[in-house]
Formats: sequence, C-alpha cells, structure tokens
Amino acid sequence: MPLNNTIGFFRILLTLILAMCLRIVPLSDDLALLNPDWVLLVLIYWSLYLPDRVGIFHAWIFGLFTDVLLGRMLGQYALAYSIIIFVCLKFHKRLRQFPLLQQGLFIFFCLLLSQLLLFFIKNLQHPAQLHASFWLPVFTGTLIWPFVYGVLSFVSLFRRIK
Amino acid sequence: MLVAVVASIALLVTEHQNSQLGGVRTTLSIFVDPLKYLVSLPNTVLDHLSDSVVTYQALKTENDRLREEQLVHQTRMLKFAALEKENIRLRALLENSFKLGEQVLVAELLSVNMAPYEHIVVVNKGTRFGVHPQQPVLDANGVVGQVFRALPFTSEIMLITDPNHAIPVQVNRNGLLTIAVGSGQLNRLILPFLPSNAEIRPGDLLITSGLGGTFPQGYPVAVVDEFTAQPNKAFATITATPKASLDRNRELMIVWSKSVPVPLIAKPESEEGTPDAVK
Repeated sequence: MPLNNTIGFFRILLTLILAMCLRIVPLSDDLALLNPDWVLLVLIYWSLYLPDRVGIFHAWIFGLFTDVLLGRMLGQYALAYSIIIFVCLKFHKRLRQFPLLQQGLFIFFCLLLSQLLLFFIKNLQHPAQLHASFWLPVFTGTLIWPFVYGVLSFVSLFRRIK
Repeated sequence: MLVAVVASIALLVTEHQNSQLGGVRTTLSIFVDPLKYLVSLPNTVLDHLSDSVVTYQALKTENDRLREEQLVHQTRMLKFAALEKENIRLRALLENSFKLGEQVLVAELLSVNMAPYEHIVVVNKGTRFGVHPQQPVLDANGVVGQVFRALPFTSEIMLITDPNHAIPVQVNRNGLLTIAVGSGQLNRLILPFLPSNAEIRPGDLLITSGLGGTFPQGYPVAVVDEFTAQPNKAFATITATPKASLDRNRELMIVWSKSVPVPLIAKPESEEGTPDAVK
C-alpha cells in the first residue's frame, strides 16, 4: 500500500518535527533544565513499534538535525541517537511485550546512556564541570514516557500505519 | 549501525580539529531554521498584538516622549560631533590613526531555548544580511555579546555572561585593564585577574578596552558591584553587573566596525600600522 506508506511517513515526520519544536520551546530557566529529550523519546517509540520504518539511518539524520538545531558540535546527538536506536531495534520484540513500568525502566537507561554519551563528548572537547541538574532531563523524560507512548500510539492507530 | 557510529565520530573529530563543516551545517540549518521561527511565532504574534492594540492617547504620549528624547539626543550628538573632531585632531597630533564609525544592523531575538547551561540566544538575522562570526552585539545600554555562529537565516549570539565568554575591559575612571569573564548567571560578570590592591571600587564603570580586536573600544559593559580583597589569595574577588538588560531585550544591534583604520591626516609616506589599530 504505497499511499498508506506515504501517509505514515508524513505522520512520523510530523511527530519528529513536533518533538524538535518542543525541544527548543522557550521556557523559564528552571523549566528549561527539566525539558526532556523529546526527539529521542519519539524516535524510541517509532523504532520499537515500527522497526521496519524507523531505523538507525533516520535516527542518525535526526540526530544531525538536532545538533544543528541546538548548535552543538555536529555528530554528537547523531552518535547518541544511532547507538540507542540500535539497542531499541535489537530488543524491540521483547520490549513491546513489557508492561509500561518495565518499559519505563528501559527508557530510563536509554536516556541515561544518551546523556552519558553527550557528557563524555562534552568532556573530550574541554573538561567541563556540570551541575547535577544536567541529569534531570533523564528523570523527566522517563516520567513523560507514558504520555509520549499514549499520544504516539493514538497517532499510529488513528489510521493504522503499517 | 557501525556506519552511523563511524560517520558521527568522523564528524566530531573533523569539527573538533577545525570547523571545515560550515557548509554541512549551513545546508542542514536551512531545514532546521524554520522550526526556530515556528517556535517563536506565538511570542512574535503576541508582541504584534500588544503593539497594535494601544489607545490613541498612549501612542500620543509615547510619541511626545520619544520626540523629546530625540531632541535631547540630537543636541548631545552636536556636542559629540565636535568632540569627535577634536579627538581626531589630537590623535593626528600624536600621529595615531583613528577608527572610523561603525555600522549597525538591528536584529530581533527569536524566543527559543537552546541549551540550559549556555547563554546563547538566537536572532533573526544571518549570513544573508552579512552577519559573520565574532561580530560584537550591543543594545541601547551596553555590550550584549558576540556572534558565535552565523547561519543563513539565523545566528547564534553568545552573551557576555556565558561561562565560556571573556571580554577585555577597562575601568573607565582610571584606565585599568582587565578581563571580565561570564559567570553563568545573567546578572553577573566576574573579574578574576585583579590583585587585592587594584585600584577599583564598587560603582566603577567598565568599558570595552578594544584589545583583542573583537569589540570596538569604549562601549559600556558593566558596573562593578562588589570588591572583596582576599589577603591570603593572589587575586581579589570582584563581581560586576552587566549594563545591557540581557534578559529583557528583544532587539539587539549587530555591529560592523570598520576593520581598517583610516589615518586622518593624509600622509603620503605613512603606512605604519599602529599596534592598537590592528583588527
């Protein structure tokens, strides 16, 4: 069904664009510290539930876009995202069966891994000292996962993407 | 997987060594920059609304006030012009070259939030308007920062309070030179390199010294608000408050300073580049 495929593609693209907008949405300083990595959450969802549609390549491209969007060094988000999506694709069959709580635990470790990679790359550039709040988005991201899950499963069921 | 990892690491390494990837970033930014405009759209719309929904009376009073201000400034400018001429003459006597005036471009802030730990803001003018990295950025009250990265439609500006930013300054009262480093707080600069017996006190105005070549000389940067001598340490702890309202401004000025200073007295044989004139 090529038509359905293109519709599905646009829907995935739209959710990712929305996630990128949420990433840079203007917030007060305290809230900005809590702003989770929306792009990664959305990518994880799609890679778990539509593994033949969203792969490492997409993750890499959107990682690059995120790098440019946030003005980081080119490649750091690309690296983090592609590694995590690789893990997600590897275990997607098992992870899909997990209850939400267990899934949340997995998401927590994914976000932690991504933040660790970013921290590692940052540290390679120049030794940086970071606030403990650098790790806050990991927790908020985990807490927000059920919401992302709910919205995206609604999006994908709305007119079945296959 | 391996391809992606290798590619990203290659990108990281090349960018770390030298930024040859400006082209890649520029191309990608063409896709991404519209998002920045999209995200800041609600704020822009609100601004426009609050601009257009005002009473006639309010407009009238504002207009009157602005006209008055304009008059005051014009008179002051007259005097300034005379002073400038005098300054040029004096510099000519000292056989010094004089830096000609600067050109400015007004850029508007896009309300997007990039990284919570860095003081980097995005404005709506980019390389299409001739903006280039390391240009100084000012507002009506003082120095705001410098252009950090210029993309086609937007550019990123690093504020002077960013922890990675340092600006060469001078105490206006006595010409003491030092460097003001960003603290990571929007209302604070740190002067870490002054000894405890330095001739500086709270209330002193810090202006740009023009050393380093990025910032033109003589713009107000900050006011010293605390001076604590520490007898057991080599340097005193001094903090200053930036003059520019870094958290409130929506309009900034990007400055082009004439990079080639023009010797005012036409000397046929003179060709010396004075050290302070080197951009």
